[in-house]
Amino acid sequence: MTTETTVTAEGFFGEYGGQYVPEALIPILDELAAAYDKAKNDPEFQKEFTYYLTKYSGRPTPIYRCANLTKACGGAQIWLKREDLNHLGAHKVNNTIGQILLAKRMGKKKIIAETGAGQHGVAAAATAALMGMECTVYMGEVDIERQKLNVFRMKMMGAEVVPAMSGQRTLKEAVDEALGAWIEHADDTFYLLGSAVGPHPYPSMVRDFQSIIGREARQQFLDEQGKLPDYCIACVGGGSNAIGMFTDFVGDKEVKLVGVEPSGRGLEPGDHAATLCLGTPGIMHGFNSYMLKDENGEPASVYSISAGLDYPSVGPEHSYLKDIGRATYEHASDMEAVDAFFKLSQTEGIIPALESSHALAYALKLAPTLSADQTILVNLSGRGDKDVAEIEKLIASGQITMP
Amino acid sequence: MKLEENLRRRRENKEILLMTHLVLGYPDFDTNREVIAQMVENGVDSIELQIPFSEPVADGPVILKASQESLDHGTKVSDCINFAKEMVEKWDIPFLFMTYYNIVFKYGEEAFFKKCAEIGITGVIVPDIPPEMGGSFYQFAEQYGISPVLIFAPTSSDERMEITGKCSRGFVYCVPRKGVTGAKSEFGDGLTQYLVRCRKHTSLLLGVGFGIESRANVEALIGKADIAIIGSKTIKLVDEKGAASVGPFIRQLLGEK
Repeated sequence: MTTETTVTAEGFFGEYGGQYVPEALIPILDELAAAYDKAKNDPEFQKEFTYYLTKYSGRPTPIYRCANLTKACGGAQIWLKREDLNHLGAHKVNNTIGQILLAKRMGKKKIIAETGAGQHGVAAAATAALMGMECTVYMGEVDIERQKLNVFRMKMMGAEVVPAMSGQRTLKEAVDEALGAWIEHADDTFYLLGSAVGPHPYPSMVRDFQSIIGREARQQFLDEQGKLPDYCIACVGGGSNAIGMFTDFVGDKEVKLVGVEPSGRGLEPGDHAATLCLGTPGIMHGFNSYMLKDENGEPASVYSISAGLDYPSVGPEHSYLKDIGRATYEHASDMEAVDAFFKLSQTEGIIPALESSHALAYALKLAPTLSADQTILVNLSGRGDKDVAEIEKLIASGQITMP
Repeated sequence: MKLEENLRRRRENKEILLMTHLVLGYPDFDTNREVIAQMVENGVDSIELQIPFSEPVADGPVILKASQESLDHGTKVSDCINFAKEMVEKWDIPFLFMTYYNIVFKYGEEAFFKKCAEIGITGVIVPDIPPEMGGSFYQFAEQYGISPVLIFAPTSSDERMEITGKCSRGFVYCVPRKGVTGAKSEFGDGLTQYLVRCRKHTSLLLGVGFGIESRANVEALIGKADIAIIGSKTIKLVDEKGAASVGPFIRQLLGEK
């Protein structure tokens, strides 16, 4: 596999990434990095990882040509990588399986995790149940309210859900509290981080576990079409599904990589979470990356209709891919995402997650500008069942109308 | 380095020094002024002024909340700098800034240290910029004569203590337990052994923070460390009993009635 974004020893992608953490975390991260390095090159570990991806999560997930949606749109063919067909309904499980197998190897007994939309929390809870490990999930109080069903799912699988009550009470605060708990209990506890963010080795480790998405998709596309897609599109919050999709395509210069961020209610501060589009470099949660800041340099308030995308920073490898021009980053609004949500539901009978609907929304704008022999591959990172109640509420309150 | 000289001079006449801490702008700058007066007039040797950041990853709930509230009512980095300048001019003890790297990064590394030198701040504690990450950070600190204080943790290996010990200036901040600030510490044999190990890896003064609340805690450090550092406790005290309660608390820590 050729990729030009090889991580350096200290975990930098260009100037981004790194380990901006207090001394207490350094030995813990060093232990993790060493354990992961060893596991990565151990065929037994890879065999076990593949076993669970296949038998537990049902991989490989197919790629699917949206004939009806393509017809409705006109222009380029739209294809989906069906990560929504994973066990638990999203790509998150690829990463939780990988990390929990590593946790087991390291002899850890407990798992802590943070979650935004609850997808990672559910995946963490499920894999912890699978491995017989205790699981505590930190989740912003606001997100707990928005994602009741996922909270209940986690509890059903035996996890404890701890509300993060500080600040905006969303994903950022959940990360703070999970990190704090980890520093205290690292002896027997593994921090199962849900996206390709955080201090080294997390961004590269999560990328590696998620890169199964692009590895499969690339081969599947070649097998079915005899060529590569012209575009790969994925939504970007923390950026794990996108980096998982992009990694194996990075070396294919002719394939355009597009990440789609949420522009929420608009481009004013506090109305969106379009970090790569509108941010500047900054350091939080242990790494340097593009970041949305207020005038004081503090992480800005962020917003998106989808709880999985409202994070004021972004995976550091995306910042690097942006700077070197290998990937471009666009944005889609709440309403564009909702339109895409309905369009896929009604033309193909597939209800996408609101997160993935952002990627789809951009594809729907792009397709009509391209010719019919061109192809767009969208990573459908999750299914939308978790968002149905929220959509119903928005319809009932008149904020949106069912098309 | 001014900080080290100053602290060593103070240490000559005392069996242990007392360093205190507060979050700037919490509950407000007027209270900060009063608390600092209480601290200095009752014998504190040095004070850490924390510039609030919303993601204080090394800190516990007390400082997290104080930082958040300070930011919520609009504390700016420039306000903190002006306030520090005023304190340095008024009181004859060394003042340090404590903050997180994003604040320095946003301000500009060189500009930040230049400003520190200009207003008479002698040292900085920035816990999330380890030596490996901070080439230019440590160069500018050196250039402007500001002491970057680094941290030893119980989980730090001997090799790591060598590296951080060499990079630190002024003193070394020894964290006696795992976890964030404000939680209880053990002051038993484990601590003694840990401080012996810290001493082996640096000739700088040793400061011990995290969880010091009583005269007994301070006494437990005499002969093993040089500076007792009090953080969250005074913030809680001011919250509960007001700024005027700080003086008696300091006198009690110093073993006076």
